Amino acid sequence: MNDMTPTAAERAEKLQGMGCKRKRVEDVRFVQGKGSYVDDLKLPGMLYGDFTRSPHAHARIKRIDTSKAQQVPGVLAVLTAADLKPLSLHYMPTLAGDVAAVLAEDKVLYQNQEVAFIVAEDRYAAADAADLVEVEYEALPVLIDPLKAMAPDAPLLREDIKDKTDGAHGKRRHHNHIFTWEMGDKDAVEAAFRKADVTIKELISYQRVHPCPLETCQAVASFDKIKGELTVWGTFQAPHVIRTVASLISKIPEHKIHVIAPDIGGGFGNKVGAYPGYICAIVASIVTGRPVKWVEDRIENLTTTAFARDYHMTTEIACTRDGKVTGLRVHTVADHGAFDACADPSKWPAGFFNIVTGSYDFPVAHVAVDGVYTNKAPGGVAYRCSFRVTEAAYCIERAMDIMAQKLGMDPAEFRMKNLIRREQFPYTSALGWEYDSGDYHAALQKALEATGYKQLRREQKERQDAFRRGETRELMGIGVIFFTEIVGAGPSRNCDILGIAMFDSAEIRIHPTGSAIARLGTKSQGQGHETTYAQIIASEIGIPADAITVEEGNTDTAPYGLGTYGSRSTPVSGAATAMAARKIKAKAQMIAAHLLEVHDDDLEWDVDRFRVKGNPERFKTMTELAWAAYNSPPPGMEPGLEAVSYYDPPNMTYPFGAYVCVVDVDVDTGATKVRRFYALDDCGTRINPMIIEGQIHGGLTEAFAIAMGQEIHYDEDGNVTTGSLMDYFLPTAVETPNWETDWTTTPSPHHPIGAKGVGESPNVGGVPCFANAVIDAFKFLGTTHVAMPHDNWRTWMVADKLGLHG
Amino acid sequence: MIPGPFAYHRPASLQDAVGLLSELGEDARPLAGGHSLIPMMKLRLASPAHLIDLAGIAGLKGLREDGGEIVIGATTTQQELVTSDLVAGKLPILRETSLTIADPQVRYLGTLGGNVANGDPGNDMPAVMLALDATYEIAGKSGTRRLAARAFYQSAYVTALAPGEILTAVRIKVPPAGHGYAYEKLKRKVGDYATAAAAVVLTIGGGKVASCAIGLTNLAETPLYAEEASRIIAGSALDDATVRKAVAAAEAITAPASDGRGPAHYRTKMAGVMLARALARAKARAA
Ligand SMILES: Cc1cc2nc3c(=O)[nH]c(=O)nc-3n(C[C@H](O)[C@H](O)[C@H](O)COP(=O)(O)OP(=O)(O)OC[C@H]3O[C@@H](n4cnc5c(N)ncnc54)[C@H](O)[C@@H]3O)c2cc1C
Repeated sequence: MNDMTPTAAERAEKLQGMGCKRKRVEDVRFVQGKGSYVDDLKLPGMLYGDFTRSPHAHARIKRIDTSKAQQVPGVLAVLTAADLKPLSLHYMPTLAGDVAAVLAEDKVLYQNQEVAFIVAEDRYAAADAADLVEVEYEALPVLIDPLKAMAPDAPLLREDIKDKTDGAHGKRRHHNHIFTWEMGDKDAVEAAFRKADVTIKELISYQRVHPCPLETCQAVASFDKIKGELTVWGTFQAPHVIRTVASLISKIPEHKIHVIAPDIGGGFGNKVGAYPGYICAIVASIVTGRPVKWVEDRIENLTTTAFARDYHMTTEIACTRDGKVTGLRVHTVADHGAFDACADPSKWPAGFFNIVTGSYDFPVAHVAVDGVYTNKAPGGVAYRCSFRVTEAAYCIERAMDIMAQKLGMDPAEFRMKNLIRREQFPYTSALGWEYDSGDYHAALQKALEATGYKQLRREQKERQDAFRRGETRELMGIGVIFFTEIVGAGPSRNCDILGIAMFDSAEIRIHPTGSAIARLGTKSQGQGHETTYAQIIASEIGIPADAITVEEGNTDTAPYGLGTYGSRSTPVSGAATAMAARKIKAKAQMIAAHLLEVHDDDLEWDVDRFRVKGNPERFKTMTELAWAAYNSPPPGMEPGLEAVSYYDPPNMTYPFGAYVCVVDVDVDTGATKVRRFYALDDCGTRINPMIIEGQIHGGLTEAFAIAMGQEIHYDEDGNVTTGSLMDYFLPTAVETPNWETDWTTTPSPHHPIGAKGVGESPNVGGVPCFANAVIDAFKFLGTTHVAMPHDNWRTWMVADKLGLHG
Repeated sequence: MIPGPFAYHRPASLQDAVGLLSELGEDARPLAGGHSLIPMMKLRLASPAHLIDLAGIAGLKGLREDGGEIVIGATTTQQELVTSDLVAGKLPILRETSLTIADPQVRYLGTLGGNVANGDPGNDMPAVMLALDATYEIAGKSGTRRLAARAFYQSAYVTALAPGEILTAVRIKVPPAGHGYAYEKLKRKVGDYATAAAAVVLTIGGGKVASCAIGLTNLAETPLYAEEASRIIAGSALDDATVRKAVAAAEAITAPASDGRGPAHYRTKMAGVMLARALARAKARAA
């Protein structure tokens, strides 16, 4: 070999494969303002849609008069439920087995519910006309508190299903009851509580919040009457599912529907489901024969398209005196709003809430979740978390702190004592999950050492003493948490959406000159898929990531997939990508053997080539093999070099992490300052460390927002009081703390590349960490639990109740 | 988030602007930076049929010193208050207050005139104007007049401006060199209006407070001049007991709304905390 021949390491580096901090290729267009979003789309003759919405939370519709609206110049049509009913489109099926109103017929069930859809030549005419639709309402009693939903005298909300005693998930016990979902061994848990030395019980509520992506939900529908074909561009996290649902609802055959998700400006679960705006845009396009655009404004986004959380979890832990947990019992009331439009795998009405045993070795556990209707907007999506996992993590991490406090133990020490041990993996939890891999103690230990935890506790003690002496008005809180995520939905044996198994897919085509295109069934909304999928392929088959185009979001070209949410893209489509790449590699190996005139088995893989074992001078690079695949394949072999893989994961993956937060609390104003936040994440194999860090920063910022200020709040009349960014807390760079990130690496044993998914971990682990830190500041004065969000006035109230304001 | 229909006018002189306003009557509104008015229009809480843009009127711009007073044209932006040497040297509280208003994007467009004429109790400048005992210059069809800021605010969005009148400038007596000042504002995030805020301007002589004026933001239907609290502080050595008395007097005149910033009693308490902190900071700054 001469000196100019690149070494294997140099060749590997050129590929920019897995482990490389490759710059995000999509950013080239995003930072130049050249992304192409739905609202950038302008089609000839395009019309605009807008809604007339209900000012009431619960009211009977006595009369709708659209005549004045119809007269506004530029208005082409005003649709109401009466127009949709003959098409059976006034209701649409939800992902959770319920139906949701597209346009309200007899009743409105939440504020800002859609009542009429205006179609006009421009946005201004549509908005003017929306104001002129006259609706006569008769106000009805409003139900806002989910804990009162099943009271005998609670108002009847869903008249359309009042006689339906069988819900999608079993018997309904009350007119506002949706389902009850139970898991675990109730009797064994009761026995554990009878025997326990110490128990705690707390109602831990996770307030209603909203994912609030910067780009709101929007769609353009264009129906071609000649071809009988419908094209819909939209903000869809799951374009194929939208196509299937659209076909089922509209009866247009699926091959005549084209769904395209262009660039998406954040989703966080908000863009998984189907909304009245999509249906109305489609109907309006069919009616008018012209493309129709519908774009939500911020208020509509916050108050009508899917919210998250609203879980009210009565939580009990049983424990021995020396701090070993022996049982967990959680009863949850889940507020689903007016329609059950939760976006969970269909058999999981409470998502994966049974991950609530968290990272701890609970011998027995029992959970029950009651879903109820209220006069609030429908939704219940996984806001940057796997299905209901953030709720579960918040619940257990708060409860563990409360128990540690009762035992008089340090919360980190109490966790150490109860974490699942490394040798227990694969670990079957009391509520039925099989955790794939982990070294929890090592991770927590690393976090405690990195933050100087013991020293922080000493400093806190000094601060408390100074506070008692009147020398400071600031308290210090330290939050410690350990979380286990459950992502990558999911195995077809237990995961489907409306009967569609939750596999995902990748198709890779190698071009004759050795570059490639990969198409996937997922859809990036900012996660950087165009960058990372190419890195997986680069490492698998040895062509540079820069030579690979990654394409998603067009249902005509992408293989069928279930989309991006629940951190499932890497665990499922990432696996499919590796598997498709391996099929290509296998074919390339046969071609190489033919060209080198050796047996397949005499070849070995070397970064970007096959070489003859024991004779490394004889090799064929992947680029050479691509050319040969098309132009000189072995006799009897089909030309071409491409593969498609559909991956049905054998199990979920279980990312985990240990977080530590230090917060200073101004007792006199309730204002808090996050002094430090340390996040250690273990997501298995790390594909692109820079993208991981970016994902963690973003997720922590959302977690900070949720814990410290976000709330979709309704007053008792059902008015949303936080319907704009004036009152719904979206932190700016000024409020956002500095993030310290760290990692351990425990690959998933069942995943082709060992990757577990990471995008959502920081939201799951971050929220309880901030909450624990704020509450920790007051613990020495006896405070055990405080509901989120920990904004200034609520924190001040904690201090006030403790008599700290003199 | 789409405003109703309106016509846009851009007069080049004050006379034309006043003429248009009186001619078009109730349906017309002056437009300055638009950062209060346009959001209201997008929410359709305001739907003026005519907007009279003041940006083309040269005479409404700029800052100057006039005898013992500083005169600030109505369309001077908040950003200009941040960068002006005149303000930094003689009225530093205006700079400090401007910096608590939203972010640079807002400050580059939002004007002092719009901020004080808007009549929104959430605006920060009015309380400062009360503390500084500023005078507003007002032009109408029948001529010009001057009015004390302390007589200007009547209730939320209702001021002493008559229909057809334009606020043309703000006049502020230059406080003595070495005066102490502070604007303390508690807010939830950048771009938020105050949960509570207090403006303090004071002078100190011989270890005692010689003069003191206090204004409060977003704690009632109008900005508040805390006259009683100001009187309690004047003549004192700013000892704890006096500050406590002044805080109680200031809290007593507040009547905030309960909203996302907190329940009314919390916001009242925050008025007291902001005042105590502003007094301490003003004292530390006074020569
Ligand atoms: C995100 C955001 C955050 C903000 N945060 C704050 C804050 O924290 N504190 C704060 O004080 N402000 C805040 N503002 C408001 C901002 O300071 C506005 O610029 C200011 O309130 C109004 O000034 P303007 O020049 O924009 O007036 P405009 O919006 O143009 O006008 C406001 C009102 O005053 C009238 N008007 C304007 N000029 C005159 C005049 N010369 N004579 C008579 N009438 C007149 C108009 O007709 C209108 O009714 C915020 C605005 C935004 C968008």
